[in-house]
Amino acid sequence: MSRRIPWFVLLPLLLLALWHLAVDRQWTPPGIIPPPAQVAESWFRWIFGAPGRSLSPYSGTWVANVLYSTRRVLEGFLIAAAVGIPMGLLIGWNRLVSSLVDPSIQLFRPVPITAWLPFSIAVFGIYDASALFLIGLGAFYPIVVNTTHGVRDTNLLLLRAARMLGAGPATIVAKVVLPSALPSIFTGLRLGVGVAWTAVIVAEMIAVKSGLGYVLWDAYYVGRMDICVATMFSVGLLGFLSDRVIHALSRLVLRWRTLEAHG
Amino acid sequence: MAEPRPVPAVQLVDVWKEFLKRGRRVEALQAIDFAVERNEFAAILGPSGCGKSTLLNMVAGFDRPTRGRVLVGGEPVEGPDPRRGVVFQEPALFPWYTVLDNITFGPRTVGRAPAEYRPRVEALLEQVGLRGFESHYPAELSGGMKQRVGIARVLVMEPQVLLMDEPFGALDAQTRSLMQELLLSVWERRHQTVLFITHDIEEALLLADSVSVMTARPGRIKKRLVVDLPRPRTLELTTSGVFNELKREVLALIREESVRAAAEKGD
Repeated sequence: MSRRIPWFVLLPLLLLALWHLAVDRQWTPPGIIPPPAQVAESWFRWIFGAPGRSLSPYSGTWVANVLYSTRRVLEGFLIAAAVGIPMGLLIGWNRLVSSLVDPSIQLFRPVPITAWLPFSIAVFGIYDASALFLIGLGAFYPIVVNTTHGVRDTNLLLLRAARMLGAGPATIVAKVVLPSALPSIFTGLRLGVGVAWTAVIVAEMIAVKSGLGYVLWDAYYVGRMDICVATMFSVGLLGFLSDRVIHALSRLVLRWRTLEAHG
Repeated sequence: MAEPRPVPAVQLVDVWKEFLKRGRRVEALQAIDFAVERNEFAAILGPSGCGKSTLLNMVAGFDRPTRGRVLVGGEPVEGPDPRRGVVFQEPALFPWYTVLDNITFGPRTVGRAPAEYRPRVEALLEQVGLRGFESHYPAELSGGMKQRVGIARVLVMEPQVLLMDEPFGALDAQTRSLMQELLLSVWERRHQTVLFITHDIEEALLLADSVSVMTARPGRIKKRLVVDLPRPRTLELTTSGVFNELKREVLALIREESVRAAAEKGD
């Protein structure tokens, strides 16, 4: 019986109610935080457009901005994966590559992605390239680190088994090390896509003139806190969805991990 | 008195092995002289930590001796090779491959044509009782079944020597007995040369043509006993008088050894 009740909605509903009460009873300074109903209404107009007046930048432009941001995240993330996974395999597998490259990665990694912003604009200008650089770099670190970790964690016995069955280094990397590292690689991809959404908002606030990050900053300047909040929800939702997509993909690829013994 | 004999399948000549453990040198194996003849089922029996797995790893090519020579078919061992199939204590199957893909991993890796290995795979699936489980993943199998896949995937390579490192040590008693019978029936078919590591006296006597008893660390071969029991053998053999006679002999050797080891520790 209790299984049928969707308990997960309880806390969000409570928080919504609290939010509504806080604004309604003026527990917060008036005019700063919009009530939930106003955010919902503005969000609806932003998505579907307002009848009659369509000149407002917050009328019917949601989909376009979501697509801008999503495309940037996707491109930056794919670049990060295309570089990060092979590099992680090399670092984890080859001691020479590891001692050559790994220390530098660990040195650069603590530099926050936001700190790269001026550099990125100076080099790439106010263009997509600037955003892609920040997103790609941000997503690269968790992907390369987790791939390396996954490779190093490969069971010695499986490596021995493969060698004993006649496998050379290339076969071992492709058929033993890579599949064995996949769970860890997917962890890196999930963390990476999270960072990518963070980076796209930062980049769009400053380095380009479109997308959800741009809308967020612009709305703040013109005092549209309702749009700011709607943007926050939008980004959260997109981040959640992209995480679900990668998770579903990993369940599909790693089907052999979720099976159970017959006894 | 040295009569010309055929080259042994496996031969260890004055093999010594030392390890570095926290900066200290540890002698694992001392002056091992040991041979397995062709078509012989040889067991090495010893207490845990006596270096018997180290010995097998050197024959497999995973490890090198500090001193001495390891020869297989008269040739020095340089590294792992499909001609020396290893069955590990843990099944060590590739969890992302099905039973069939695990068994065909070797032939596919060395580039054999499916037409060549298919008939043998089919026969092996039958012999080890895995028919119907070809498309299962290791996670779906019981411990005994996983180990049968582990055996089939090396037999499909038709190795010169089958190296087994306590392959049934992690199984429950009943499954272990079944696996011993299965191994006996597989062995009867091809009289495969086997080097079998175990600490189980009954297992060694039931399966092997010869049992070499090892000392506690540093490991040496204390004595090689010939198990002159009729074949084909079954589990019932373990209840016979002759079997118990041999068992008593091995027990006496091992007791002697543990008394000595305990006395040395007391120093």
